[in-house]
Amino acid sequence: MAETLSFTPDLLLSAAPVKARTNFQTAMLAVENMHCGGCIEPVEQALLSIPGVGTARANLSMRRVTAEYDAARLTPDQLIGALEQAGYRAAELDGDGLGNASALDADLLRRLGVAGFAAMNIMLLSVSVWSGSGGDMDRSVQTLFHWLSALIALPAVAYSGQPFFRSAAGALKVRRLNMDVPISLGVILATLMSLFQTARGSEQVYFDAAVTLLAFLLVGRLLDQQMRTRASGAAANLLGLRLTSAAVLRDDQSIERMPVRHLEPGMRIVAAAGERIAADGTVRRGVSEIDESLITGESMPRIVKAGAAVFAGTINLQQPLVVEVTARDDSSLLSGIVRLMAAAEQGRGRYVRLADRAARLYAPAVHILGLTTFIGWMAAGHGWEDALTAAIAVLIVTCPCALALAVPVVQVAAAGRLFSKGLILKSADGLERMAEIDTVVFDKTGTLTEGEPQLANVADVSDEELSAAASLALNSRHPYARAVVSAARRRGLNPSVATDVSESAGAGLLRITPAGEARLGSAAWVGTGCQGGEGAELWFKDEKGTCKVFRFADRLRTDAHSTIAKLSAAGYAIEVLSGDRAEAVGSMAREAGISQWSAAQKPDAKIARLGELRDAGRKVLMVGDGLNDAPALAAAHASLSPSTAVDISQTAADAIFQGTKLEPVTEILAVAKASRRLSLENFALAIAYNIVFVPLAMAGVVTPLIAAVAMSASSITVTANAVRLRTKALELAS
Amino acid sequence: MTSLAWLIPIALFLGGLGLAAFLWSLRSGQYDDLDGASWRALMDEERGPVAAKEIQAAREAK
Repeated sequence: MAETLSFTPDLLLSAAPVKARTNFQTAMLAVENMHCGGCIEPVEQALLSIPGVGTARANLSMRRVTAEYDAARLTPDQLIGALEQAGYRAAELDGDGLGNASALDADLLRRLGVAGFAAMNIMLLSVSVWSGSGGDMDRSVQTLFHWLSALIALPAVAYSGQPFFRSAAGALKVRRLNMDVPISLGVILATLMSLFQTARGSEQVYFDAAVTLLAFLLVGRLLDQQMRTRASGAAANLLGLRLTSAAVLRDDQSIERMPVRHLEPGMRIVAAAGERIAADGTVRRGVSEIDESLITGESMPRIVKAGAAVFAGTINLQQPLVVEVTARDDSSLLSGIVRLMAAAEQGRGRYVRLADRAARLYAPAVHILGLTTFIGWMAAGHGWEDALTAAIAVLIVTCPCALALAVPVVQVAAAGRLFSKGLILKSADGLERMAEIDTVVFDKTGTLTEGEPQLANVADVSDEELSAAASLALNSRHPYARAVVSAARRRGLNPSVATDVSESAGAGLLRITPAGEARLGSAAWVGTGCQGGEGAELWFKDEKGTCKVFRFADRLRTDAHSTIAKLSAAGYAIEVLSGDRAEAVGSMAREAGISQWSAAQKPDAKIARLGELRDAGRKVLMVGDGLNDAPALAAAHASLSPSTAVDISQTAADAIFQGTKLEPVTEILAVAKASRRLSLENFALAIAYNIVFVPLAMAGVVTPLIAAVAMSASSITVTANAVRLRTKALELAS
Repeated sequence: MTSLAWLIPIALFLGGLGLAAFLWSLRSGQYDDLDGASWRALMDEERGPVAAKEIQAAREAK
């Protein structure tokens, strides 16, 4: 990393006249909502515009930014503050351990580079030998070429083969076989035997096949590792964003920031407007509205005043509150849900990946075939050399490319396709589990619906009224106020923030100007002249005293009905499990075309229902977003969360989808099925290829040329088959 | 056949050059952010930190 930084122009500039850079430190920040390329510049600029920041480099793939800052002038908190002002939620990541995964990536890539270089150059020599043999090539030149190959192959195998050798040694130490045992055995035996044959001047030299095999297998290993790095990086980011600090109010009224885990019952914390409340507690001072959608899944805020209980993770919407902590971080409601989730997740740990299941059959079979060949040749009265050569040929042609290369390629092709449709796949085996799904369970608020109230009577409101109401509404974080603002923006209006606005919790906004007063809020707040109706509405009275009503509704996602119809047509059973009231859930379910629904479900009730379905032999895909869904997401066979979901649900889910549509649910199920089919096709290809070549190898007629070409051809075939997934048109079928 | 005496070293040297270039690009972090790299091509000239701007301004003033 240090090398990258030394190439950035600012360092070249600052190198000469500025002071020594001795107290510069590096901070790595996770940036939550850096989703597209357009975010790189604002994020970097937000940091670079702080005096004392030396460099800032955003990494879009990892959603992180690395900054060098002057530790004497700045703290990481100030960097986070600057990002927050620019509209990005950030958190500092613990430097240790994070580099590991990407270092592993770079290590594999380096080994692949060396193996690729060696494979190409040895092939160059081998092709000359093959085309020259039987022709005008001297025996001595052939031997020279073999020695040159050996010179390249030996260090390359010693270096690039290490990941396989280490893994094989680890497996053998605990007396087990894994895929890397036949790979290591084949490569090492082939190299040593080739060295021996080169010394004897024979033609049975397999350097090319051994090194090419390593290169192909490293490609597979690298793709698999990159999937893991991405998934673990995403998880580390989410974890980092969850850990926040709290502002503690001391007895002398001074405020001190401290990590949430150091909070003790009895301490008083200040929750600023717009901030998440750091701990479970009781309100001591202040009146405000709390957004509890995290916990209840219900999008309407609750009014709290002194004496009311509040929970960690909920958002304070209006006025600052002083809260007395009643529970430690590890005994808060949030932590309780985390524990429920961890327990639920254990059931899923037993899933064995497709490639591993195949490897259990494959590894012993390869060894038995190789050994049989060796014993057969010895028994037939040939020397140990011929016997070993034939056995090596068997190990090389049974190359497990279909397992070690093709499955990762399928997964990467699938992940790439999903990514381009706004779906982020977090675990590779998650995709495999999705292929087995037969039941889809949805949460309501934020999953089937958009989760935020929308202005329902837009057509009745004029531009002027909307604009005037929006400039008042800009002062509030209430969901209705935000809906008014976003409705105004969608119409192309650009409301300016009204000044001198005061907000009363649970009532509304008031603005007093020389021309009179303007009010936005409940019918009672706005007062005489405005007839109050029922339900979700907001009244606006301007300075002249004219009244306007704004009605709100949480809408179904626009394609919810068609997506549900597609899923049912494909034979999936569909259910809604919601924490909301029965009438709300029922009408929403009817509108979406779902007949099976249950309302008022607590997190443990959701898990219980999933357990019932599992016991009935169903494989359930849970789609949900709230904190109350997190345990269910972890308990289900596979799970999916929208990107608007709370951190912890995103951590629990196998995949995350972006955007306002529900269509990604059908897309991911279709891709999951297609990738399983492609993986199985690749296994079939590998078996077909082995049926042809293994008998030939056992009979000893496979020459180094045939071995190398056949092995490369099989790798390329399975890869080409997998890559089809990127462009294939997919229909969700039962 | 004597041409082999220099053709083979040249071939290996060129290959080695490619390998060295690859290892350099890997070491200098060019594979760290493949998604971001494609976007950076579209970005305007990279701006340095304020410190660098101040220095630049001071230099131009002279």
